[in-house]
Amino acid sequence: MLYSVYSFYRNGFRSMTVGKRLWLIIALKLFVMFGVLKVFYFPNYLNTQFDTDHERTNHVIEQITMVR
Amino acid sequence: MVEQIDFSQVNWARAQFALTAMYHWIFVPLTLGLSVLLAFFETIYVKTGNEAWKRLTKFWMTLFAINFAIGVATGIILEFQFGTNWSNYSWIVGDIFGAPLAIEGIFAFFLEATFFAMMFFGWDRVSKGMHLFSTWMVAIGANLSALWILVANGWMQNPVGMEFNPDTARFEMVNFAEIIFNPVAVSKFTHTTSSGFLLACLFVVGVSSWYLMKGRHQLMAKRSIVVASVFGVIAAAYVGFSGDEAAYEVSQQQPMKLAAMEGLYEGEVNAGLVALGVINSKKIAGDTQEPFIFSVKIPYALSLLANRELGSFVPGIDDLVFGNEEQGIESGASRIAKGKQAIAALAAYKEARNNHDDVASQQALGQFDAYKSNLGYGYLESGADAVPPVATTFYAFHIMVALGTLFPLIFIVLLYYIYKGELENAGWLHIVGLCCIPLAWIASETGWVVAEVGRQPWAIQGLLPVQVANTNLTTGTIQTTFFMFLFLFTLLIIAEFKIMLTQIKKGPEED
Repeated sequence: MLYSVYSFYRNGFRSMTVGKRLWLIIALKLFVMFGVLKVFYFPNYLNTQFDTDHERTNHVIEQITMVR
Repeated sequence: MVEQIDFSQVNWARAQFALTAMYHWIFVPLTLGLSVLLAFFETIYVKTGNEAWKRLTKFWMTLFAINFAIGVATGIILEFQFGTNWSNYSWIVGDIFGAPLAIEGIFAFFLEATFFAMMFFGWDRVSKGMHLFSTWMVAIGANLSALWILVANGWMQNPVGMEFNPDTARFEMVNFAEIIFNPVAVSKFTHTTSSGFLLACLFVVGVSSWYLMKGRHQLMAKRSIVVASVFGVIAAAYVGFSGDEAAYEVSQQQPMKLAAMEGLYEGEVNAGLVALGVINSKKIAGDTQEPFIFSVKIPYALSLLANRELGSFVPGIDDLVFGNEEQGIESGASRIAKGKQAIAALAAYKEARNNHDDVASQQALGQFDAYKSNLGYGYLESGADAVPPVATTFYAFHIMVALGTLFPLIFIVLLYYIYKGELENAGWLHIVGLCCIPLAWIASETGWVVAEVGRQPWAIQGLLPVQVANTNLTTGTIQTTFFMFLFLFTLLIIAEFKIMLTQIKKGPEED
């Protein structure tokens, strides 16, 4: 059973034509998104600035009660 | 014409979100619609056993795969932005959004992903029936994915089924069914998915018209056009019906958005719908200038659309900003005063809780509860701040409607020419068909412009404006990532365009 699933995917990937280029694009895109953008440019602000949910709550309350 | 651009930090964050959402939306509607068309094509193949329909299905499936591969995960970038640029917002709504987005991940995405491999790798490896079932499951899964995202978006436009918890500063879900069956979410889902179906039909018509123009694969092109046009007429009718429902919900829940969509400043009984018009861009709420340089209206139609009643009153921007006692509409200034009371009460509650003063905290909580429905207005300086960019909303709405009216006519003409057996020789119709491709995307994107620009300044309708939802970051940080996204997405679009074009030029497998 497991072998037939494995060979189904193996044969599928082997017989791809345009698909190989698409997988390359997907891999590159995911690397740029998760390996570069997420790591270096898009930290989760509240998770990196505060350690506990209590601190995060206080920060947000402060933000929304401080009329800009 | 278009409002002056404000380059403040929040607007860079908004621009970045809009850019990524609009790029993401280039891929999504084609996935939603083409997946259903593939299921139709393959159903015909299985029913007739005609191998030509199999080749046809495989051809469109390749284009579907290209679009899916390039577009997949582009929406995740929006989630990155929530955590970085919109941290207040994502904290505040985390409890509401968590459930629908988790359901999307667990249910719809896995449903789609499981059958995806079967659909692509399964030709001649699984039975015809199993393969067809997989193709239908991909279509259903793709559209179910959209459901959960649109439930989340619908909640932002009409926040229901929740309570604000002042201890955690979060909106907490109290009624899941109310969120799922939120009328705004339901109409948004039906309108968005059906517009995706329509777009895919136009894409198929466009590509097929190109083949007819070149005199290649004519039988396949005509077969594709017949299925796409029949489904397109049905989809267009459903887009119209669901659009009417969506507009009705807008009028009930977001009357300011409807007023902006129609450039309506002074509310009217028996209000007419603008069929054609040029907005006076200098007009502001409360002044005496004419709202239009030129306009043609359909009498009574706006009252009918907004309230399902011919003689009903439709509030204009001035009514909503300055109030209208006769119609029982509260002024923006009054709502701002109440909103400020809510904010002050929230601050007092927090201070009392920190001081362990139960009596003061209960008093503050009572005060907050009395005014919390106007919380968002407390962050505005004047009633006019609640007015969205009128010209952008108006033009986007009218372009969308005009194109939405044109598309079914094109399908009908195509079907007529096919019926008469004259489609191959109707060169002008091939050009019209080809033009459908960009027009379909223009209609689709302008639809989102209406939905999102028209609800400004709100991140959550009436409760949280965008300037409070965002994170206090430096403008430079957001500008850097804005241009990075612009570059990345442009590359992806070019890749999609080139790979698709190569595949289209190559055409389907020969007989």
